[in-house]
Amino acid sequence: MKAIVVGASYGGMEAIKTLLSALPENFRVPVIVVLHIGNNNVSGFLNYLNKNTPFKVKEAAEKEKIRPKTVYFAPPNYHLQVEADCSLSLSTDAKVNYSRPSIDVLFETAAWTYRNELTGILLTGSNSDGSKGLHTIQKYGGITIVENPETAFAKAMPSSAIELFEPDFVLNVDEIAEKLAGLSGMEASG
Amino acid sequence: METPDIEMNLLLQAVYMKYGYDFRNYSKAHLKRRIHQRLQMSGMETISELQNKVLWDKTFFRTFLQDLSINVTEMFRDPEFYLTFRKKVVSDLKTYAHIKVWHAGCSTGEEVYSLAILLKEEGLLGKTRIYATDINKGVLEIARQGIYSKKEMELYARNYSEAGGTGKLSDYYTSKYGSVLFDKSLSKNIVFADHNLVTDSVFAEVNLIFCRNVLIYFDKTLQNKVLHLFNNSLSKRGYLCLGTKESLKFTDLENSFASIDKKLKIYKKLHI
Repeated sequence: MKAIVVGASYGGMEAIKTLLSALPENFRVPVIVVLHIGNNNVSGFLNYLNKNTPFKVKEAAEKEKIRPKTVYFAPPNYHLQVEADCSLSLSTDAKVNYSRPSIDVLFETAAWTYRNELTGILLTGSNSDGSKGLHTIQKYGGITIVENPETAFAKAMPSSAIELFEPDFVLNVDEIAEKLAGLSGMEASG
Repeated sequence: METPDIEMNLLLQAVYMKYGYDFRNYSKAHLKRRIHQRLQMSGMETISELQNKVLWDKTFFRTFLQDLSINVTEMFRDPEFYLTFRKKVVSDLKTYAHIKVWHAGCSTGEEVYSLAILLKEEGLLGKTRIYATDINKGVLEIARQGIYSKKEMELYARNYSEAGGTGKLSDYYTSKYGSVLFDKSLSKNIVFADHNLVTDSVFAEVNLIFCRNVLIYFDKTLQNKVLHLFNNSLSKRGYLCLGTKESLKFTDLENSFASIDKKLKIYKKLHI
């Protein structure tokens, strides 16, 4: 597994906190996140994660190389894309699914670059952004994980993915970190 | 290399050879998304099929060019930038006898009118000439007309007031049938012209360059090339304003400019 992409909307801060805090300390796979947060400032949240997780957590800078042990967040009001050379790029293109940043844009461009070495995770939310992108990840051979809609803070987003296709795993948010550790461990031990 | 990536490189090469528009150093993720959207809308299976149509059908190419260009903008986008520009740049501009501005990649013109309004309120518009350029003639025509949808005005009015506007945004336009027409006194000193940042060269010496959220669509090589073009176009101690997520850091020009505002990416050319 070379990268993990995460999409979350309504209730997403809490879910992301749970997910990142539960990852093992030596977890190296880079994590790239789109969190819908309107035009609000996310720097407080990023600072909190920086202090309370073993990872470097930052807002993605344009044309920045994706590095291990780092968590990147899309800046408010920009789409975040993965380029073929494993760098990040930003765009001010039209909103997708009424959203900028859009989860679909991140997931789709990440799938093109990382193909079957990517894991996509769709968490809580009250819209349908991310379903199509997560399906694209599966079509390219990547692993797809959807938060269990029954226990998610807002079920619309995970439900809409499950309606569209059959994801590889449907898990409660507190089970996802363990699954990721397992998946990346399997990879490491061949 | 995957076949679709080969196809995409060939398509960009074909567009350059046939029409002279050079997208080869644009962000590939952005281009690929737009190309995929066009494939879906036209019911085509492969990029090769699209390339065939682009080469032989000029009308289709105009549509495709529209797909590839950057055409989302808003008035007083990032109000804090305009507010800071008023505080940190305007007083210096007041000492100039004449001001020449190049607004590069102006798209449909919303930010050009924003700057014109700001300069008018600061009493500078009369001595200013703004060259507003874009590679896309279609968006330039919209910019020239200065007609926008009334629906957007609520957001723009809010941006305008956060940007330090001294009056009301509605002072500058007249409404008619769901559209608004911006006052011709604003565009009197604006020259809208077709210019390609990738293939065209310096056309005037200017005191101020606005190029916001254009460089993010270019790769590092092209960013450097365009920044050299800006540097060569700017007069001594001229100003360069980039988008808030763009930066001179790690570029060839990093040491040729002083940072006037780090967060909002306002730079001043050093007199070396």
